[in-house]
Amino acid sequence: MTPHVLTRSLDRSASIFILVVAGLGLLIPLSNLLLPAGSMLQVPTYLVALFGKYACYAILALSIDLIWGYCGILSLGHGAFFALGGYAMGMYLMRQIGSRGVYGNPILPDFMVFLNYPELPWYWHGFDMFWFAALMVILVPGLLAFCFGWLAFRSRVTGVYLSIITQAMTYALLLAFFRNDFGFGGNNGLTDFKDILGFNVQADGTRAALFALSCLALILAFLICRAVVTSKLGKVLIAIRDAESRTRFLGYRVESYKLFVFTLSACMAGVAGALYVPQVGIINPSEFAPGNSIEAVIWVAVGGRGTLVGAALGAVVVNYAKTYFTSGPLAPYWLFMLGALFILVTLLLPKGIVGTFSAWRESRKATEKANAESAAREDGVGEPNPAE
Amino acid sequence: MSVMEGRTTSALLYLDGVHVSFDGFHAINNLSLTLEPGEMRAIIGPNGAGKTTMMDIITGKTKPDEGTVLFDGMTDLTRLDETQIAELGIGRKFQKPTVFESQTIEDNLLLALNVDHSVKGTLFWRGNRNESERIDRVLETIRLTDARNRLAGSLSHGQKQWLEIGMLLAQDPKLLLVDEPVAGMTDVETHQTAELLKKINKEKTVMVVEHDMTFVRQLGVKVTCLHEGTVLAEGTIDQVSSNERVIEVYLGR
Ligand SMILES: Nc1ncnc2c1ncn2[C@@H]1O[C@H](COP(=O)(O)OP(=O)(O)OP(=O)(O)O)[C@@H](O)[C@H]1O
Ligand SMILES: [Mg+2]
Repeated sequence: MTPHVLTRSLDRSASIFILVVAGLGLLIPLSNLLLPAGSMLQVPTYLVALFGKYACYAILALSIDLIWGYCGILSLGHGAFFALGGYAMGMYLMRQIGSRGVYGNPILPDFMVFLNYPELPWYWHGFDMFWFAALMVILVPGLLAFCFGWLAFRSRVTGVYLSIITQAMTYALLLAFFRNDFGFGGNNGLTDFKDILGFNVQADGTRAALFALSCLALILAFLICRAVVTSKLGKVLIAIRDAESRTRFLGYRVESYKLFVFTLSACMAGVAGALYVPQVGIINPSEFAPGNSIEAVIWVAVGGRGTLVGAALGAVVVNYAKTYFTSGPLAPYWLFMLGALFILVTLLLPKGIVGTFSAWRESRKATEKANAESAAREDGVGEPNPAE
Repeated sequence: MSVMEGRTTSALLYLDGVHVSFDGFHAINNLSLTLEPGEMRAIIGPNGAGKTTMMDIITGKTKPDEGTVLFDGMTDLTRLDETQIAELGIGRKFQKPTVFESQTIEDNLLLALNVDHSVKGTLFWRGNRNESERIDRVLETIRLTDARNRLAGSLSHGQKQWLEIGMLLAQDPKLLLVDEPVAGMTDVETHQTAELLKKINKEKTVMVVEHDMTFVRQLGVKVTCLHEGTVLAEGTIDQVSSNERVIEVYLGR
């Protein structure tokens, strides 16, 4: 009767998206590793790392689209969940350094020795085990989002008020992580990583594998989002977005729905951050900067809110533009360009790239149908009694 | 859920001495009103009389400053929120038709069905024959079967009113609060709506707010006229419309 979850969540554009990401996730690492360096088709390692970064941003964008595009929750603090996932992974990577640090302390990371920590703080325990760190990557952002959302949604904080307090949250974390006595490396953050699961993080093979894993994670995140938004729960989310109080009067507990997607979304952002850190080689408090979260929202707006595919595409397009412009003479003007882009998209393409494209295709289909119908009428087809 | 000891009244809905003020403005003043099970009641009154505010109080959107609001003689509605009150079996049609515009008519009704409303229930929801039959029946009642796959936002004002009444039917509540159902409808549609509400009233208790006196007359039920947040007159349509105060503040405008 109702189609299976998989068939339901995989329409044409979703299938194309998955195929493209899977294709890139396979071909780029293979080309990097198998083709001779300097060959036309060989993707150099620095690009592999760059694309890996884009894939992580795309996951972050999906997580934002899930809550903003489908449930109307505009979080301007999602960078915080991304950064927390990144820090959890960074802590694992720090502990893998072992006695190879500058100070050669087998337990304490360099910055702790430097700051005269007598012993490892309690919250660093367990991070020498990958499974534990991986769990924390999901759990810490999820728990923060759950507590934050529980307080905010229960007191019915919505709209710009919610956006403002999410900004405040990420700003508060920024300040906290800047402090040396907070135990996460202060200003410098966590860096100088050596290996991940025994593989050298700098090695081409590791980078290629991390890129492939990021693509896999992007596909999984996309599938989860699709499964959510194509379920009946997805319809409830849209109902909440469009008419929140109407939804309450139908007997839905709106705050539970918001809490569910907000937490799920934060967990996804955490995973994105965790994949990001080994590929860029550093995590520091600047990842909590309020501007980062706003930028991520702009990716989604550019690509097309409430389309998922658009969010991922927007993340890649805007970040490609950023890489391009910030490495040239226009670098100082990047933020102005980003602002201008946001204003232009809001004014000219309020549905974003993908939203505008699908609206255009729908309208073309409708005209074709109408044309076909009128042509059929002129031919006299479908008119049983022309004499009438 | 706060359940009082035993029934205190036979009424399905019981309001007594209710007061609400917004920043010192008394929107509802010592309002008392009862609705018996199975009854249909028409509420009339000038703009700003407090008709919509009364529905806000019953459905938990507005908390009264004072007074008693009981459902089914047992449940104190002032202590519950909108979701709990909806789950109890009170459905509401808004004055300004409020449907989920970016979703299809069918999905609007699906969302309104009184089935499992929990996060888990909707996440793992699989349709079943019973649900789709109920939706089909409602679609037929509100004459939107052919439009079932259209977006609700594309409907005319009158059709949106009907869709919202359809959502109430899908919700299958014990008490229906219907705020200005025929605003923006043609005479024919108004007539059909009155017949529909009369049909619904065979099984359910209904409270209808409306300014259209022809419509109210067609309903042929007890009428309450509100004015400045309190009951001005109550009785048959003829009694109420011949009441001098009612003519002065409302009908004789
Ligand atoms: N949330 C609110 N805050 C302030 N004033 C309010 C609020 N809700 C209603 N009012 C005021 O209370 C009074 C009663 O409003 P209400 O909407 O209940 O009137 P009504 O009888 O439904 O009128 P109408 O026939 O125009 O729909 C009005 O003067 C309105 O301005
Ligand atoms: Mg009103």
